[in-house]
Formats: sequence, C-alpha cells, structure tokens
Amino acid sequence: MTEANNPQPTHTPLIQVENLHKGFGKLQVLRGITEHVHAGEVISIIGPSGSGKSTFLRCLNLLEKPDNGKVIFEGVEITAPGVDINVHRQRMGMVFQLFNIFPHLTVLQNITMAPTLVKKKPKADMERAAIELLDRVGLADKRGEHPGRLSGGQKQRLAIVRALAMEPDVMLFDEPTSALDPEMVGEVLEVIKTLVRAGMTSVIVTHEMGFAREVSNRVLFMDEGVIAEQGTPQQVFGSPQNPRTQEFLSKVLY
Amino acid sequence: MLANTLKVLQRYGYLFVDGVQYTLLLSLITVFFGSMLGSLLSLMRMNRLAPVRFIATAYVEIIRGTPVLLQLYFFYFMVPELLPFLGDKFLSICVALVCNSAAYVSEIVRAGIQAVDRGQSEAARSLGMNGSQAMLRIILPQAIKNILPALCNEFVMVIKETSLASTFFIGDIMTQYRVISGALYLVIEPLLVAGVIYFALTFTLSKGIARLERRLKAGD
Repeated sequence: MTEANNPQPTHTPLIQVENLHKGFGKLQVLRGITEHVHAGEVISIIGPSGSGKSTFLRCLNLLEKPDNGKVIFEGVEITAPGVDINVHRQRMGMVFQLFNIFPHLTVLQNITMAPTLVKKKPKADMERAAIELLDRVGLADKRGEHPGRLSGGQKQRLAIVRALAMEPDVMLFDEPTSALDPEMVGEVLEVIKTLVRAGMTSVIVTHEMGFAREVSNRVLFMDEGVIAEQGTPQQVFGSPQNPRTQEFLSKVLY
Repeated sequence: MLANTLKVLQRYGYLFVDGVQYTLLLSLITVFFGSMLGSLLSLMRMNRLAPVRFIATAYVEIIRGTPVLLQLYFFYFMVPELLPFLGDKFLSICVALVCNSAAYVSEIVRAGIQAVDRGQSEAARSLGMNGSQAMLRIILPQAIKNILPALCNEFVMVIKETSLASTFFIGDIMTQYRVISGALYLVIEPLLVAGVIYFALTFTLSKGIARLERRLKAGD
C-alpha cells in the first residue's frame, strides 16, 4: 500500500485487534480484547502470570488461533479463512522466552535461513546483512559457531537479529528476559532499547517493570484475560486507577 | 560335538555364507523400504485430516498387535493372489517384512519428530516458513539425531526376525540350518553355528550403533 492511496497513514493502526477470545479447554484465557497498535508505538504488556499476556501476543501472529474475534494486520484480516498467514508472519518478528535458536545451524545460518528460504534473497547478500546484524549485537566473531556454545544472553541477542533479518514491520517480544540469568538481562534489554529507539514498532510482554516504564509509550495491564487498565507509563506506574493494577504493582515494585 | 561342528563347517560352511547374504539382503530391503513406508505413515499420523490419521494409526496398531509369523503367512499367500506378476516367494516375504517393519519405523520417526522442542517449529513458523519448510529445514534435521540410532536398532531386530522367514525356505541363515540339519542328521551343532553367526552380526552392529550415537551426541 502506498501512501498516496492512504490519506492518513499514521492514523491507520498497524495491528487492530477486535474482541479477541481464546480458551484452552474449559479455561478462558482471553475474554474479549480490543486494542490497536500504531506504527512507531512501543507497547509493554504487564500483568500477573496466567493473565493471558503471552496468549494475546501469540494470537497476533496466529501461533495461537483465536476462538473468536479479529486480528487485522496492515489492513488485512489475517484471522479470516483462506489467508496465507506465512506471508504476513514475514513482517512480524517474534522473540521467545526460551530463545528457540536452531541448534543444528551455525549462528550465521540461524539468521540467513528464513530470508533466503522464504524471501528468496540471494545468499551472499544475506550473509553480508547477517554479519552486519551480528556486529550490531556484538556477536560477529561467533558467526561460524554452533549456538550450543552461546550463553543465554547471546542466544537471545541472536534470536532478536534473526527476527530482524526478515525486516519486519513490528516486533513481538514474549518475556524476552524471563529465562535469563540475572547478569544477562541487561545486555538483552539494551539491544531491545536500541531497537525501539530506532523506531521499531514493538509489543513487549515483560516482567521488567523498570524497563517497561523506560521504553514504552503505552503500558497495558492485563488481568484475567482482559486489559484491565492502560495508559502512559507515568499513568500506569505512577497513579494506577484499577485496584487490581495497584495490587499487582505493589507486589512487583518493592 | 567339536568334530561334528567342524564337519558342519567344512562340508556346509558355504551354505551359511549364502545364508548370511540372504539374511542381510532381506534385512536391508526390509529396513530400507520399511523406513520409507514408515516415514510416510508417521507423516500421515501427524496429518491435519482425521481420516488420514485414522488409516495410518489403524494400520500401525494392527501390525503391532498381531504376530510377525502370522503376517508372513498372510502375505505369503496374499501377495501372489493380489499381485501375481511378483510371483516370487522371496518378494512376498519381503513385502511382509517391509509392511511389518514400517509400522515400527513409523513409531520411531514420530517419536523422533515429537522429541524436537515445539519452540523450534514455532520459531520457524514465526519467521514466515510454511509447514513443510519448517519440517524439512528445522525439525527433521534435528529429529534425525533421535531417529538414526533407533533405526539401526530396528535393523538389528529385523535381522533376528528374518529367521522366521525360514518357515518358507527362502535361503536365510535359518533356512540353511534346516538344510544342513536334514542332510547330516545333526541338530545342536548347526544350530550353534547359526547362533554364533547371528550373534556376531547383531553384536557388531549394536557396538557400531553405540559409537554412532556417541558421535551424534558429541555433535550437539
């Protein structure tokens, strides 16, 4: 879509979520979520365990199929039947809690595999791009190694650039630092910080409240499958209105 | 007994050499085609469509729930009826063993694929790979490390199972035992020789598999 066809590009949300419902068996995890993500926004999702944060995030690129409701990404309803989701996933990068690095490939191949396979990019070009990306996260000297030798922090930095190599329009982070040793959390958050400051639209499920407060434009507090409260970091962390938000924050901000 | 054993070896040693060849040929054919059919079955068992899954599952359960000897008889008489152009009992036995082995291989392949962490497939799909790209480039290369040693173990099992095919005199080691036993009116001695041969085959293979397994592990 060119800007000429689209009179108000900045006002059209990148992702529109409408009345999203998702259950696993009898457990209703998402109970009707309507939310918009605009280009350039950095949204943090906080909330207690089991509140549906990760499920919500995974519904955005349909790793979980919603039972009800719509996800509209760049103007296309990707939840509609017959949509080739693979095309749309190429523009939504995802970073997982457990890294999910491909252990049978080298560090470099982890990055080049999807762009060469899916976007048919020439291998040589992609390798150059991959080395540049690795350089940005301080892993260029590891390019030929197998990821088994990397630390958790290094794996997560690799996972981030692996997603970036597809040149996504939005990045989804699913608790990117929850599985890391404490001394490695900083290095990964630093990479994400640099990324969002460069303007990458991001949705970040996180337990790092200080980080969420620092980098987000908007914070969503989820509880029992709904967005119970949202606002700027100052509003949500500074003067939460919902008693559930107050209770949650009093437990995590000690 | 030693004298008799020597007599068996001297006079009919060449028959056992033949027998080893038939046994290995039969086992190789079985494992090779069994692996292909078995892989197909395991993919069918993970298929989206319920009827496809049902057919594969039913097949595997039936094969695993009935004796090999019965299956051998069944195919020995059925194959010539259904596929008269095959018309060779060796081929009928091959078909039976392949069909049997495929059921076990499909379990091996399925277990090997399912042992690969779910997150691997999710990561691949989140990058825009489609189902088969993720399977071929990400899941299978990792699953192969689980599958290969188990597949070699299946080969060892098949070597022993082919002895049942001697029921139909198809030339394997046990067939040769029966021939020699009849010719010399000896039972124990040729049996001992056959046993030593089977053991030598399977023991060497098992040791080889153990080495392979260690190397695959070291590769992680």
